[in-house]
This record gives sequence, structure tokens and C-alpha cells, in this order.
Amino acid sequence: MTELIDDGPPSLYPRLEPLLAQVARPIQYVGGEQNSILKPWSAAQVRWCLMYPDAYAVGQPNQGLAVLYEVLNQRDWILAERSFAVWPDLAGLMRRHGLPQFTLEGHRPVRAFDFIGVSLSTELGYTNLLEALDLAGLPLRAADRGEDDPLVVVGGHVASNPEPIADFIDAAVLGDGEQAVLDLSDWRRQWQADGRPGGREGLLERCAASGRIYVPRFYAVEYAPSGAVAAVRPNRPAAPERVRKYVLDDLDDWPHPVRPLVPLAETVHERYSVEIFRGCTRGCRFCQAGMITRPVRERSLDRIGAMVERGLAATGLEEVGLLSLSSADHSEIASLTKELADRYEGSQVSLSLPSTRVDAFNLELADQLSRNGRRTGLTFAPEGGSERMRQVINKNVSADDLIATVSAAFQAGWRQVKLYFMCGLPTETDQDVLAIADLAGQVVEVGRRVSGRRDVGCTLSVGAFVPKPHTPFQWAAQADPETVDHRLRLLRDAIRADRRHGRAISLRYHDGRPGLIEGLLARGDRRVGQVIEAVWRDGGVFDGWSEHFSFERWSDQAERVLAQQGIDLDWFTTRRRDQSEVLAWDHLDVGLDRDWLWQDWQDALDGQVVGDCRWAGCSDCGVCPELSTRIEIGPTGRHLVPLALGPRPDPAVKDG
Amino acid sequence: MANRPPPQQPPPVQRLLLRYAKRGRLRFASHRDFARAFERALRRAGLPMAYSSGFTPHPRISYANPAATGAESEAEYLELGLARALDPDWVRVELDQALPAGFDVLRVVERSGPGLADRLQASLWSVDLSAWPSSTRSAAVERFWAADQVLVERMTKHGPRSFDARAALVAWSWRQDDWLTVLRHQVPLVRPDDLVSGLVQFEPSGRDWPARLRRLAQGPLEGRTVGDPLAPPAVPGEAMA
Repeated sequence: MTELIDDGPPSLYPRLEPLLAQVARPIQYVGGEQNSILKPWSAAQVRWCLMYPDAYAVGQPNQGLAVLYEVLNQRDWILAERSFAVWPDLAGLMRRHGLPQFTLEGHRPVRAFDFIGVSLSTELGYTNLLEALDLAGLPLRAADRGEDDPLVVVGGHVASNPEPIADFIDAAVLGDGEQAVLDLSDWRRQWQADGRPGGREGLLERCAASGRIYVPRFYAVEYAPSGAVAAVRPNRPAAPERVRKYVLDDLDDWPHPVRPLVPLAETVHERYSVEIFRGCTRGCRFCQAGMITRPVRERSLDRIGAMVERGLAATGLEEVGLLSLSSADHSEIASLTKELADRYEGSQVSLSLPSTRVDAFNLELADQLSRNGRRTGLTFAPEGGSERMRQVINKNVSADDLIATVSAAFQAGWRQVKLYFMCGLPTETDQDVLAIADLAGQVVEVGRRVSGRRDVGCTLSVGAFVPKPHTPFQWAAQADPETVDHRLRLLRDAIRADRRHGRAISLRYHDGRPGLIEGLLARGDRRVGQVIEAVWRDGGVFDGWSEHFSFERWSDQAERVLAQQGIDLDWFTTRRRDQSEVLAWDHLDVGLDRDWLWQDWQDALDGQVVGDCRWAGCSDCGVCPELSTRIEIGPTGRHLVPLALGPRPDPAVKDG
Repeated sequence: MANRPPPQQPPPVQRLLLRYAKRGRLRFASHRDFARAFERALRRAGLPMAYSSGFTPHPRISYANPAATGAESEAEYLELGLARALDPDWVRVELDQALPAGFDVLRVVERSGPGLADRLQASLWSVDLSAWPSSTRSAAVERFWAADQVLVERMTKHGPRSFDARAALVAWSWRQDDWLTVLRHQVPLVRPDDLVSGLVQFEPSGRDWPARLRRLAQGPLEGRTVGDPLAPPAVPGEAMA
């Protein structure tokens, strides 16, 4: 592994290496992984540093990052390298030795790049973003950056409300990133060729004028005496009143990742993942991803098969993940799983389908995917404990459906069922949460009956609900942590008191306090940026990790900073908004009609369910007409192409 | 339908012994990191692996005495079971190409006779003391060698453990700035960083001086030298002073 010698900034590796001997898991900082791409600096006209503001172990498996890395590096005039959050042990040493935030490919300082493209999957990565920008030697505030500094551009689901980090970023991309990063590269190249008219500001104006790149500082926010946002208005002609999200029409045109990187360090997911479709129209009202990634666009069966085949060959991985927001909903999922299972039968390749549907069809799929004898656990996500609760969140599954499905599962040889729920949902009462215990008891009961065994089990995983922007629950009052913790205790006690089933049920949950901070960051406006900065200055990083997260630090800083504005943590989280209130993200257009969202919120309060537009007809969410797009689903009737597994070139086989 | 019993796998048709190196940046890989990379390289290379039986069959690989995270090595060894007999040198080339640069396959031979555990009795380590002033390091080494025992402490899975680092040191010499040491493999294993901890007891400022570690050879202990574990007839290793 020699560094390329070119006219780019010299590698920081020789200075980094002595520090690596002093830190935990140093392999995550050295790069050099299979399929990583190191290009000569001078050969590229536009240079990206793709950054994921969490540890390598979490960031490297991120699918969005893998896709953009390929999309960019495929162009010979673009170069893309990666950078991840460094743990506090190394960050401390880097500061002491004056070593800046670096990329893994060339160990180049990230400040030397044209774009820092930040993938945001969770709000709890904001302090890590500030830490990385500061370690990079960049001014924290976009307004303070110099002409030659990179543009900090964020994307990912969380970027659908970037207001809390508005002061720290130069731009945000809404929606699908593939075309967006290419457009940004193009505009940058053109601007360079034109002699950089208008400087940094000029380039940002070009981007903003497209109507699809959000440049926060081109918008002025006014506040009403009540403390709410009164208006968000463009402050120059180049900026449109509303910024629209990017939508890819045909996923088959973007068959990435083809050769994903194979990490050397251990990561949270070690599998080759193919996105089998993007978007979801199930209409679960708590689910931001399902709302902001509409419409559904499927990848066709034969493309998926080809990607799996090539991806396994390029990586040597053994597990395949068929990703999407609800994989069992692919119009040809039955053929897909059967044909893939046929193809890899007898090999060590395993297939996984992160699916959350609760029906017998799902079970058939699971059966196909576990053909080589393994019956581990089945996972379902009813999300709400009572029938009424599930109607409120539009998760349309009845208790009878669930029991029938798990009954079939236990009959088919499964022993463990895992159920996902949420606590703190709008309109929720103690009884709704206690219903989770009843349901789990019934699951164990039916499991024992149909299997004739005592060793069946049910694991309950309960998360605290956090209302998210661009969903019908964006107006809802978040449950306070005391309420959430109280209900979780009731649930725990109810399970313990169930002498017949309690020992077969295990309950997993976390306390409700991190959720409140997530809620502040999710539905925050620009004033929350000062809280993030104060927390980071006080030493806050890696907030997604319970051993690093400090609720006291967040609540203390929030109280102190927000008091100057006459508002507080509760104002952002546990307060219910009314229809007329301007939401901090109203000017960011993910295609959903605001009136439709409001009506869906009213329907939620009335327990009215809404069907999936793939089968139940259009419900007028607004996405297709607003974005001039449409649902792209099959069936196509295609099949997997048989593998051409010809004999390998003769490896000088000896006689056994 | 009940759970099916795990399929039984046939025993390996061929057993190969591999010598590989861990070089440059990849010295920061832990043994687990190497194992994952190696198993993926086997699959990319398309080698006919023999698998263990059970619900989660693993390729039949036996790793022997891997170097610690942070140490380089020219002499790591493992044994590999194949489902079909192949030319060992072809395997060497294919695997070397499939592995990331820095994990380099140096030699592959067919196993005959005892396994690696019996063959790997000692290691020749190079301890780069170029950061130490030369007079200081000579004195420290001489005092270390003259001591009856040098108790050092290291953090293990079971908490801090104290043991004698001197007892494992069989022979040593200087090659410019490198302290070459022959360490007998014993329980608990004395590692070259334990030697450095011992040196620091005689020269406390050594605590702040980095010492790069590199394993040069590993094999049977033949007098005061380390032999070649892949060559049944003993071949002398590097001469000691």
C-alpha cells in the first residue's frame, strides 16, 4: 500500500501512524480495504469527501454512502474519498499533534476537498458533525468559511429538516442523492471553468437556482411573539420559495453498489445489500422514511439477481440483504426469494429479508430463505399493542392476523418470535401499552399449543416514539420521558406478573430520555443550532452511543440557550402544534401535500385507517403530481438468468 | 415440520500449511480482522473449501499463534482444509491476489507430519529501538538479560496479569537499531511488547519512546535459533550472537 505521489496534499499517514499505536481498534483508520478507490488528485476536476458522522463500524455499512461512492468515482473527472468520526481517544491525540480530520483513501486533509458530503441518518450525529468540521480546521459556521474551503452539503433522511444545523452547513439535498451529487459536481466544474464568477456565493446561487438544492443562508427566518416561526423567506432572487426533493424514476438505471467496499475492521452489518425497491406507501403515520421517499420504485427481478451475483463475487461476503422499507411488498418477492434460494441452495450464502409484515405470506418467504435448515427467529412489527393503537398509526394488522401468523410459524418449526413495538404514540393510554403484554402472552400460549413444546419464546423490543417532520405526527405532542418510562414499567410488571407466560417473554427497552433530545433535534428550528453547538463545546460527541450520551448535558444546555428566546425543550417536543403554525421545514418540499398530511393527522385521531395506494387506490398524498413522477412497480414477469458457472481456468488440479 | 439436523460435512481432502505476512498499515489489523479478510478472500478466489459440520459450517482453517494488533510479521502461519486437492503454489498465487495488499501469502506447502502447534515453538522478533538513545538501550538490554527474572504486567481478558518476561528470552543480538530476540512460546505467552515493558523498568523514560515490533521467523526452537516449520529437515534460522 504505497501512497500515490502526485501534486495533491501530502498524505497525513506518516504523522498519523505513531498515534495509531495508542488508540483502540486502529484498523478502522488505515483504509486500504478491498474495492476502495484511490485516484490521483490532479486527475480529478471535482473532489468529494464523503463523510459519515459516526464511527467506521456504523458508517461503513451505510448503503447510501456505498452508492454515492460508486456513482462519483465512476466519473473519471470526479474523485471521492471517505471520512468517518474518530473516537475521542484519537481525536485528543490529533488535536495535541495538530493533525486534521483525514480521509481513508489518501489520508488527505478533508479541508482540501471541494465538497464535504455528509450522510445524515440520525439527528444524534449532529455533535459528531461539528466535531469533524472542527477537527478538519473548518470554521464551524458556514458564513465564516473562506473562498477555498469546501462546501459542506448534507443529505439523507434527516436532511429533510436541516434547520437545526442550518448555520453549520452550506447546502442540503432533499431526496435521492445519486443525481444530486452529479449535478453538484457538474455545476462546480462549470463554475470553475467559467473562472469562478461570484466566488463561493456565486456557486451556491447556481445550485439554489436549480430549485432542488437548499442553501439555508439564502433564507431568512422570522419569529412571532409566541416564539413560533412566523415566516421563512428567500433573501435573494436565486433562491426559490420552496425547495424540491430529488426523485429517481428508474432504479434499474442506478445499479449500485456493484463492488462495495469490504471492510477490514468489524462493522455492524457484514453483508452485501441490494435495495429491492425505494419508497413505501403503506402509510404508517409514525414513519418518516415511508413518507419522504415516496413513490414506490421497484428494481426488477433480473437486475436484482445480477447485482447479487456480481456483488458476492466482488466482495466474498456470504450474506445477502434484500433491503427496502418493507421488502415483502415487492410485487415479485415470491419469485425473487424462491429463485435466489434455488440458486444458492447448498452453498454457504444466506439470504435475509428485513421484513415487517405480519401475515402468512411473509412466513412463506421466511421458509424459502431458511431452506438450509436454519430456523432462527422471526421478526414482526405490529408497533402498537392494541387494535385501536394500530388504527391510529395506520399499521393495519389485527391481533387475529398476528396470532394466526405466529401459529403457522411455530408449526413450521420456528421457536422464537420477536415483536417490535413503540411506546409514547399519540393518544396512547396505559391500557394500549399493557395490551403488548396480553399479545405476547397469547403468542407464547399458541406457540406451546401448536408446537407441543415448552421452549418457545417471545422477545419484545419497545422503542420510544419520536414525532418526525413531514409525517402526519409532525403536529403531535411527544410523550414526556416520565410517561414513557412509567408505561414501560407497567408493561414490565405485567409481564412479570404473568405466571403462565412471563418467563418465556423477554422485554427490551431503553429509557425515554434520549428520545426527547432526538425529538428536539428532529423538529427543531435554527435556534436549536445554538444548543447543538453548546453541547458540543461542553464535550458532547457520539450521542448515538449510550455510554457517551448525556441527557443532563443536553437538557442543561437547552434550558440555558433556549431561555434567551423565551422557549424551552418542552416547547419543541411535548407541545402540540396547530394547523396554522408555520413549521420550520414547511418550505422544504418532499412532495407531500400539507393538507393531506393534516387530514391524515385528523384521521389518526379518529382511528381512521388509509389504504396503500398500490392496491387501494390513490389517497391524494400529492407526491406523484407534485414531483411529476409515478409508482414504478411490477410484476414484470422476468426471471433470474441462470448463472454461467463455467469451469474455472484449470488450477493445475493434482490427482487427489 | 421440525428443525432438520445439521448436514454432516466430509473431512478435508487436502491440508495445506500457509506462511503469510502482515505488513505496513495492516499491522493494525487484529487477528479477528485478518480472519474475516482471509475467509472472504478464500471465497473471492473460489477455492474449494472444506467446511466444518453444524448449523453454521465454518471453513476449516486453524490459525496458530497470531501476532498481536500493531505488530508486523513476516512469519504468520495457518492450516487450511480443502475439499479438493490443488497445487499449493497455485493456491499461494490466487490467495495472495485475493487478499488486500499488506496481507501477503509467502509460501504454501502440503501438510505432512505434525500440526502447526507442535512446530511453532519459538519466534524471532525484531524490536525497533531507534527511538531510544543507543547507549541507553544497550544498558537496558544488558540489565534485562542479566536479571534472574523481570516481572511485567499486562492486561488480559481476565484482568491484569503479572508474569516473568525474562524466562522466555532464549537469545538476542543487535542489528543496527533492531534488538533481535528469540522468544520461547510458553504459557502465559511472553510477547515482544512485554520485553519492552521490561526494558522500561530499567530505563523509565523508554515509556515515551515508541518501539516497532516485527516477527521475522517462527518455528521449532533449534538450540538458540528458530528453525523453518515448513521444512521437515531442520534448517538453521538466523544466527544469534
